[in-house]
Amino acid sequence: MAAYLMRRLVAAFLILLGVAAITFFLLYVLPADPVRQIAGRSATAQTVENIRHQLGLDQPFLVQFGRYLAGLSQGDLGHSYLQKTDVATLIWARLPASLLLMAGGIFCELLIGLTLGVIAALRRGSALDQGLMVGSFVAVSAPQFVVGLLLLYIFGVRLSWFPISGYGSFSHLVLPSVTLGILGSGWYSRMMRSSMIDVLRADYIRTARAKGLGRARVVLRHALPNAILPVVAMIGIDIGIFMGGIVVVESVFGWPGIGQLAWQAIQRVDIPIIMGVTLVSATAIVLGNLLADIITPLIDPRIRLR
Amino acid sequence: MKKWLSGTAIALSLALPAFAQEYTPDPNAKPGGGIVITYKDDVATLDPAIGYDWQNWSMIKSLFDGLMDYVPGTTELRLGLAESYDLSEDGLTYTFHLRKGVKFHNGREMTAQDVKYSLDRVTDPATQSPGAGFFGSILGYDAAADGSAKGLEGVRVIDPATVQITLSRPDATFLHVMALNFAAVVPQEAVDAAAGDFGKQPVGTGAFKLADWTIGQKVVFEKNADYWREGVPYLDSVTFEVGQEPIVALLRLQKGEVDVPGDGIPPAKFTEVMADPAQAARVVEGGQLHTGYITLNVTTPPLDKLEVRQAINMAINKDRIVQIINGRAKPANQPLPPSMPGYSKDYQGYPYDVEGARKLMADAGLADGFETELYVMNTDPNPRIAQAIQQDLAEIGIKAAIKSLAQANVIEAGGAGTAPMIWSGGMAWIADFPDPSNFYGPILGRAGAVEGGWNWAKYCNEAVDAEAVKADSFNDPADPARLALWSQVYQKVMADAPWVPVFNEERYTMKSERMGGADNLYVDPVSIPVNYDYVYVTE
Repeated sequence: MAAYLMRRLVAAFLILLGVAAITFFLLYVLPADPVRQIAGRSATAQTVENIRHQLGLDQPFLVQFGRYLAGLSQGDLGHSYLQKTDVATLIWARLPASLLLMAGGIFCELLIGLTLGVIAALRRGSALDQGLMVGSFVAVSAPQFVVGLLLLYIFGVRLSWFPISGYGSFSHLVLPSVTLGILGSGWYSRMMRSSMIDVLRADYIRTARAKGLGRARVVLRHALPNAILPVVAMIGIDIGIFMGGIVVVESVFGWPGIGQLAWQAIQRVDIPIIMGVTLVSATAIVLGNLLADIITPLIDPRIRLR
Repeated sequence: MKKWLSGTAIALSLALPAFAQEYTPDPNAKPGGGIVITYKDDVATLDPAIGYDWQNWSMIKSLFDGLMDYVPGTTELRLGLAESYDLSEDGLTYTFHLRKGVKFHNGREMTAQDVKYSLDRVTDPATQSPGAGFFGSILGYDAAADGSAKGLEGVRVIDPATVQITLSRPDATFLHVMALNFAAVVPQEAVDAAAGDFGKQPVGTGAFKLADWTIGQKVVFEKNADYWREGVPYLDSVTFEVGQEPIVALLRLQKGEVDVPGDGIPPAKFTEVMADPAQAARVVEGGQLHTGYITLNVTTPPLDKLEVRQAINMAINKDRIVQIINGRAKPANQPLPPSMPGYSKDYQGYPYDVEGARKLMADAGLADGFETELYVMNTDPNPRIAQAIQQDLAEIGIKAAIKSLAQANVIEAGGAGTAPMIWSGGMAWIADFPDPSNFYGPILGRAGAVEGGWNWAKYCNEAVDAEAVKADSFNDPADPARLALWSQVYQKVMADAPWVPVFNEERYTMKSERMGGADNLYVDPVSIPVNYDYVYVTE
């Protein structure tokens, strides 16, 4: 286990280095000049060159990347070009909001997805089952900004159940979490449905039924715990999907997380922020996957880590 | 109606200036209360030397003051931190006499040394100010800008209440420059204490001071009770909530949670809002110093042919483009917007004449047309406008492929000169200050035609450039002879047709029911979206 973890951590480090290199290179070749964004439209050529030099952007790619890594190794994510603030400060200020939203999103997707999946499995082949599965397709395919605006309009504007946008209380969290969770709930309901159907066919379920246990007890005590485990192991992978989702959801609901920060930085070619958010997200994804791999054998002893 | 720098108001004689000095306070205004403004993007910085987007421009204006200022809701200059000034006979030396007893938010009194420090700071290359170039006419600017001298030779402290600024050449726009945020007076000790992050810990002399800044969520201003102007501001606080999509901001306004959506009415909702009398009544409409245009790169064949550029000017159906944006603009025929001094009222421009355009194309030997590219920023409504332009061009045989890109990429292509045609929407020129020169140098003059410059047409006419220099050498920016000269400059530019001026955008500011104050405060040409110092709430 220790050797396995060690190997995975080394791999994780290499992956992050690769992500850093690729992102840095893409931003380097991007046909948009960050210096122009800083210098503004009234700058003279001299001002532009001067800023380029101060930021070290007149250096070759490898020198720039080397400097970035050197800073990174000391925990320095750099300085925002346009906000003139430490990137780490900006990300730290926003990370709690993103994590909270992700937690809300995971809760919603599990709650909605698992419930509907179980119902569909128990009513397999019925109109309800087919309806739910069609619904799951819609949930998976619906663009999040459409879902978000729709929920916002119905529950925020029309019904006034929840605040339209903002951050700070539980009621603010509901609509963004549901929006973020709906996509995953489509996946989970399908996985839960097939997992449940498999389990319901298993011998021990038949045994339990044969013992004379009630249907509810069989489903809740015997089938569900077994069916749910392989599904829950997927949560680690969800973090990667959510990293994409929060960019959209945070924009729609004015949620002050890192997705919004990234979106704004991309538009303004604020390279240090883009790099910082990319690395933080990549770290979250790598750790999420690692976590999923570690949890799986704990859930299912038949799987071993080597 | 806007009042402009009238010819006589700024007679820069040696006598004390005869400004339309004071603003008449609103008799209905009452102090107290707070308002909420929303924005989509974060506030990047509140450092007056750095901030240069239309979101932080007005915020910085309320936190800081410069020597000069504008009468609220107008483009008329008035005195700011300067109580008066004298101008030497050669038009090169300004002596500013400062107001006494003006205090920074940290309680210290503002002195002439602060003025010098602030101007030295903004022109210091280490500050990386996007506005440094505006101070190019101050003596010693070049040495300061290339780092060979510390500070501006031309700015001298005479005594704690007097500062003298010497120019290296007469500059008609100098007083406007001193009213820019870049010329705002900042206290050195606060800049030093902030250790490179003054933009998040601003200290000025303005009507408001920064009370709270929660990154990514909100910025709160509170009233500066010691403000040196009597009676203002009225509001106790202004809260800027960021990260709010314009469409969401509008919904919140309708629910009474927001007072002014800073990003305006979203295009998709515009017709709906204006069709509802209750909402339309709360929309204030005004002009702005903006022109939307198509640049034609004069160095790229066949756009290097004058006939082709003229033909394109005649082929564009501007009325239809205005319709595309729900009539939120007026068709344009010249670079200057109509409310800018120097605008040529009698100039007719190129007519919309497809037949005439075809004939010109034939004269140029291009009766069969040609293929080219039209660059455009990828946010609504710009791609739709580009499609209309594309159709108009197809009428005269020009097949233009639309390149719809992010703003930074379009700006890059424009600066590099690789874009044959660019629709300027989303990046179009809005004047830094209300003077005709501001529409020439960077976007039509030789100075801007360099690699990376904003003269995307790469237009370069030395004779016209020389006239522009002459026009800027007047002492009085509002001298009728000067304005006539500028009018000539722009008409000559149009004869060369490096641009197709398409429209001048109108501004629409929506406000909540409880907000009071004259309409022109809501379309203030300098403080966008509103002049926070002078608006008030009625409940």
